[in-house]
Amino acid sequence: MRYKVLYFVASLLIILPGLYFLITSGLKLGIDFTGGALLEYSFQKNVDANDLKQQISSEGIEVGQITPVSDNTYIIRTKPVDQSKINKLKDDLGGKFGKVEDRRVEFVGPVIGNELRQKSLIGVTLASIVIVLYIAFSFRKIPKPASSWRFGIAAVVALVHDVLVVIGAFAILGKFFGVEVDTLFVTALLTIIGFSVHDTIVVFDRIRENLAKHMGRKFIDVANLSVIQTLGRSLNTSLTVVFVLLAMLLFGGETIRWFVVALLVGIISGTYSSIFNATALLVWWEEKLGH
Amino acid sequence: MHSRWILWTIIVLTILALWINIPPLPQVPALKILGKRVELLGKFPLKLGLDLQGGTELILETQMDKIAPADRDSALESAKNVIERRVNLYGISDTVVQTSKLGEQRRILVELPGLKDASAAANLVGKIAKLDFREMPATLSAQEIEATKSGLPIIALAKPTGLTGADLKRAQVTFGSSSGARSGPQVSIEFTDQGAKKFADITRRNIGKPLAIFLDDEPVSEPTVSQEIDGGNAVITGQFTTQQAKNLAIDLNAGALPVPIKIIQQNSIGPTLGQQSVNKSLIAGIIGLTIVAIYMAAYYGILGLVADTALVVYTLLVLAFIRTGLFILPPVTLTLAGIAGFILSIGMAVDANILIFERMKEEIRWGKSKTLALDLGFKRAWSSIWASNVSSLMTAAILYGMGTSLIRGFAITLAIGVLFSMFTSYVVTRTFLRLIIR
Repeated sequence: MRYKVLYFVASLLIILPGLYFLITSGLKLGIDFTGGALLEYSFQKNVDANDLKQQISSEGIEVGQITPVSDNTYIIRTKPVDQSKINKLKDDLGGKFGKVEDRRVEFVGPVIGNELRQKSLIGVTLASIVIVLYIAFSFRKIPKPASSWRFGIAAVVALVHDVLVVIGAFAILGKFFGVEVDTLFVTALLTIIGFSVHDTIVVFDRIRENLAKHMGRKFIDVANLSVIQTLGRSLNTSLTVVFVLLAMLLFGGETIRWFVVALLVGIISGTYSSIFNATALLVWWEEKLGH
Repeated sequence: MHSRWILWTIIVLTILALWINIPPLPQVPALKILGKRVELLGKFPLKLGLDLQGGTELILETQMDKIAPADRDSALESAKNVIERRVNLYGISDTVVQTSKLGEQRRILVELPGLKDASAAANLVGKIAKLDFREMPATLSAQEIEATKSGLPIIALAKPTGLTGADLKRAQVTFGSSSGARSGPQVSIEFTDQGAKKFADITRRNIGKPLAIFLDDEPVSEPTVSQEIDGGNAVITGQFTTQQAKNLAIDLNAGALPVPIKIIQQNSIGPTLGQQSVNKSLIAGIIGLTIVAIYMAAYYGILGLVADTALVVYTLLVLAFIRTGLFILPPVTLTLAGIAGFILSIGMAVDANILIFERMKEEIRWGKSKTLALDLGFKRAWSSIWASNVSSLMTAAILYGMGTSLIRGFAITLAIGVLFSMFTSYVVTRTFLRLIIR
């Protein structure tokens, strides 16, 4: 923990580019947030993406993006649109391009989009507050002079770090690869919050134990010892979760791909932050402000 | 000894879970007991969500601004009934039509599993209910007689009167005087001023004849007119049960209080895509599980194999729970997000084992005997496992509270996974280790 300033700088270096793109261009919000439709149509005959786009536009539906999935199967994203137009679309396309199967029709009205935005914000905030309270409560018997509130706040700092890393990463992915964020992304964020705290608690729990065992030793030494003792577990656990996620990424299919990527980034960041942010912050706090 | 008992319980539970999870196999014939065929396997099929089996989910928002606040709840009930009736025309099983009320927002959720033509369903459900009164034709034309002979009921030939739902104010269940023919539940209708005039005309023309009431072009009731009714208040009597009277009032209100409906969310997944998702996640799950098992065995040796066994028990138990809900709770409907939550929970289940093993290693390094290290390792690792899993459960609860069905599916399996992982690490791993380390 001697190089704690370095750890903070490393975190900043990772977060800042993401933050830059988050502020300048923001996240690319999917239809779950903005309203609109996502349609996956599979045609029997050869259909050109441009013809398809033209036909859809001619029905008064604003096309956002058309991406081919496989032969003659396209995913079409539209701007906010009237639901009745979407229902007519399939028949019209069938008339023009021959037999068509709608493999997926997702329509989200603007009301729902706004609601999700609110709910996500409330969810993330609520999770953070509950976690500070929970950690402060479960570490309440920590040997004086340490304060259980500091543990709670340090855990949340680590958690905010992880959330920022993931959101930043997706701001960059959105800017350069057009990756959109949706309901699953919010789910991923909340899961990462859970994981991040999971990791931090394991380290903190050891610090608590060691504080009682080694009364009189400096806090920084106790923290160092605890980190080293829990390092094997932290790495092994993260590795197994990363294995599982990699399997999901490679074999799990298109629908959950970016969800898994978000989780991967978050888990790796969570392992780092529980040691190098949360614990380092506790040490820094102790040195600067005393007890 | 104590742990022998636990071991046997674990074995019995595992076999039970295995039986619940094995799909029906052609090699295993059904038993014949007392002349009845009894299948031995596949009694608890997985309940798949719409995103996996294919189907359509619609969220409809009702627009109540033109309806008096006091009538809004019954208008919602009527709108729901109308939709239920339309949906039933499709003859699909397991359809769900539910209302929800949040503040002043009244919504209807419709789930149509396995339905292919999503657009048609959305069109059908989104229409406003149409109620009208029709009189029976006095004489049938030759053509109409022909039609009746070919099986068309006479009621289908009823002629519109121009009296529609718009002329109705409201309908409600009332009870007649306790004696005589008019006792029991009946349905009172109140007409608007214009409706009252039309109704008086129609009843005068049709005394002694049935006057049919149609909802969405389907007859719902054919009361007989007993006298001319002016003044705009009518009563439909008959041998109603209270429930029947209630249903008729709801149907009439669907016309009297027509609610414009807007689809605010639609999710339709074709069966092909659903099946693909199932296959892909199955493969991903098996591969993930295998890699984790190999890693644990390679890193922790015998201990790792113990963890792997516990992992298999864990997987079987969780799947059995998802299928049966332990016979107390309803079975869990598995969605794509739910599968992701489950696969993820495998990682968390292993974590508990890793925590325990690392702790045991340390205790041994500090000079404790193996048996003592086992007990201490468990005791000391448990505080971490407990604290971290409780925080995961809290996150799952918050996720569930956010209420979107997608997120809920994920939260439920994650929570189940966390709970079962605590059980398997505390009971299963420990019992196995006690048997190995003596």
